[in-house]
Amino acid sequence: MQQLIEYVIASGMLGKNPPYQIVAAVVVLLASAFVVLVVALPFAGIVTWVERRVWARIQSRIGPNRVGPQGFLQWLADGIKLICKEDIVPTDADPHLFKLAPYLVMLAWILPWAVMPFSSALILADLNVGILYMTAVTAVTVVGILMAGWSSNDKWSLIGGIRSAAQIISYEIPAGLSIFPVVMMTGTLSMERIIKAQGWTPQHWFLFANPFCFIAAGILFVSALAEGNRTPFDLPEAESELVAGFATEYSGMRYSLFFMAEWGNLFIIGAIIATLFLGGWQAPRVSADPVVMNILQLIVFNAKVLFLVFLSMWIRGTLPRIRIDQLVTVCWKYLVPIAFANLIGTAVWVALWPEGNSVMGYLMVALGAALVVLFMRRVIYYLRRARMELYFRPNI
Amino acid sequence: MSTLHTEEMTLNMGPQHPSTHGVLRFVIRADGEVMREAIPDVGYLHRSIEKIAEKVGYHGFMPYTDRVDYVCAMFTNQGWGMACEKLAKIEVPRRGEYCRVIAAEFNRIASHLLAVGTMGMDIGAFTPFVHALREREMINDLIEELCGARLTFNYMRIGGVAWDLPPGWREKALAYLDHFDPILDEFNSLISFNKIFVERLANIGVIPAEEAINYNLVGPNLRGSGVKWDIRKDLPYSVYPDFDFDVPIGQGQWGVVGDSMDRYMVRILEMKESVKILCQALTRIPSGPVLAKVVRNFKPPAGECQIRVESARGDMGWYVVSDGTGYPWRVHVRTGSFAAMGLIQKLSRGLMIADLVALIASLDVIAPEIDR
Repeated sequence: MQQLIEYVIASGMLGKNPPYQIVAAVVVLLASAFVVLVVALPFAGIVTWVERRVWARIQSRIGPNRVGPQGFLQWLADGIKLICKEDIVPTDADPHLFKLAPYLVMLAWILPWAVMPFSSALILADLNVGILYMTAVTAVTVVGILMAGWSSNDKWSLIGGIRSAAQIISYEIPAGLSIFPVVMMTGTLSMERIIKAQGWTPQHWFLFANPFCFIAAGILFVSALAEGNRTPFDLPEAESELVAGFATEYSGMRYSLFFMAEWGNLFIIGAIIATLFLGGWQAPRVSADPVVMNILQLIVFNAKVLFLVFLSMWIRGTLPRIRIDQLVTVCWKYLVPIAFANLIGTAVWVALWPEGNSVMGYLMVALGAALVVLFMRRVIYYLRRARMELYFRPNI
Repeated sequence: MSTLHTEEMTLNMGPQHPSTHGVLRFVIRADGEVMREAIPDVGYLHRSIEKIAEKVGYHGFMPYTDRVDYVCAMFTNQGWGMACEKLAKIEVPRRGEYCRVIAAEFNRIASHLLAVGTMGMDIGAFTPFVHALREREMINDLIEELCGARLTFNYMRIGGVAWDLPPGWREKALAYLDHFDPILDEFNSLISFNKIFVERLANIGVIPAEEAINYNLVGPNLRGSGVKWDIRKDLPYSVYPDFDFDVPIGQGQWGVVGDSMDRYMVRILEMKESVKILCQALTRIPSGPVLAKVVRNFKPPAGECQIRVESARGDMGWYVVSDGTGYPWRVHVRTGSFAAMGLIQKLSRGLMIADLVALIASLDVIAPEIDR
């Protein structure tokens, strides 16, 4: 970003010797708008399409396949439809809060893009408190959802909003605690520097650095699903219990803003975990050209994030929803104590091996590979047992 | 420090709520997420089906019986047919009885698939629902070949069934049953033994055996409480004595006997038993006519009769009073769902709102069957 601003000043596009602050502001604004409009919004839309297709295949359906190739433009068609729909504000609702709520939820989703480390150069602002900023701004969601639930003047919405508040605030704690091990090992909160402390091969990822990090990654993934209102933690909008939860009274574009934020949050969840534990954009050094390297890093980062997004879709297609008391029990009785134990364990580990233990890295990778092999064997076992021909030929 | 001031909340669940399985209304008095009480309010789907019978005559009422319980319409068909046959002392040909049993047992599997599928959906897992409906579609395809309809079958007639099995249908049905068993195992491994699913259902909505009998529960709900009572075994009708099958009852492996999980497992196991019956029926089916000679102007002698059928939702009673004319003087249907509704108010005390949804799903109530 710094180089970009200096380049703009040097090129003389804005006249001779423009004031630095103004140029910086203009460049940052334009870059932010570019990221939000060209990257973030379409991404949320495309994820809806991917989710519907993936979900449909899991359920042996076909999914949307009419608009565009393989239904790829379905998200655009849905967006246009939702914009054209009537925007209803219930008579007894609090109109100002009711209208404001979706924007807060959107805001909580757009702000993290500022520190999204796409590659070594493609990052809007490499804040020195990057990961802290990320967790802080994503927590704004709860304000928006609670506002939506309460201002709708609907009991189902209110229950949804309160559930969401209880859920997100509870799960902030294990999520925050499982970020600390990595921060402890790197000594920094900056996204770029956390990534630079890792390598492109799995044994250099923090996921496999030591057993505590491995557990922390699991806890973070579970907590992130809960914070993003994803199955099995989708209680705030549990359609079979609360109609549509906090979004019951919303319609048209405001309704879709909630869901855009939900699907967009998948990317944020994936990005946080990929950055902290999966080596972020770290890619093999194939070329000395920074442009080539940056493109490669962008691809690597997105591949890791999309894998995690796919994982959460898979979970959504498999698991039922848990009850609110079970949700809170899981958090406070299991995740929080484990996360604290992890924290102490990592502290001891860092004290023992400040430079990391490479033998452990290889061992953990072997363990991870063994888990994947066991899982795949099970998948193959069930695929062999399943009668695939039956799924596609109703009349046998 | 003063105590926190809390208020009781009155919630209106339904008739358009997504998980009330049709038009069913509950008035919930809740303290936050915990319910004080859920009061069922029935009657939104009352269509005077019993009164209609008095106007359309014996033959003409057969299509209306489909609407009593559209998820397992074969049993309502069979119930009406059997009641009229008993009144007029008509003997159904043996092949006709076999056709009835085959159609009804296929329908039982379809109905239970819908029940366990929607149960998964109410717990929040959408995939099992779609998988269950996929299997149900195949059964619907078979039944469609048999009688031309997929939901309201109108397959049976007074004195037998309307059509014989189409050529090649028997082989198709047997092939389907071969495929269904592994599918059911897959379904079990997908949802039935899922930790979250079991945790959501075990120990929820416990109905002890005594209470189940007192409240007149029938069918899988009664058997889920550990009472071995099945009309097919205990008061045999049609050709059921010919077949070898078990009556699964709730064992309480996951919690207490009579909890929601037991009712769910009873349905899963009953599907396996239905497959057994179907395999026997399809291999042993005798040849001959399927429909007895019944006059078009059907006038049973004056008198009354009651028959009981084990439908997918339990003991379904048909009570018919004839006055010797072409129209029944009085018809009454006794259905399982209505009895189950009476228990909800008692069971719901102290449950959470999410549990109420699971409870309704586990009782497998069908709104038209409650109101008729």
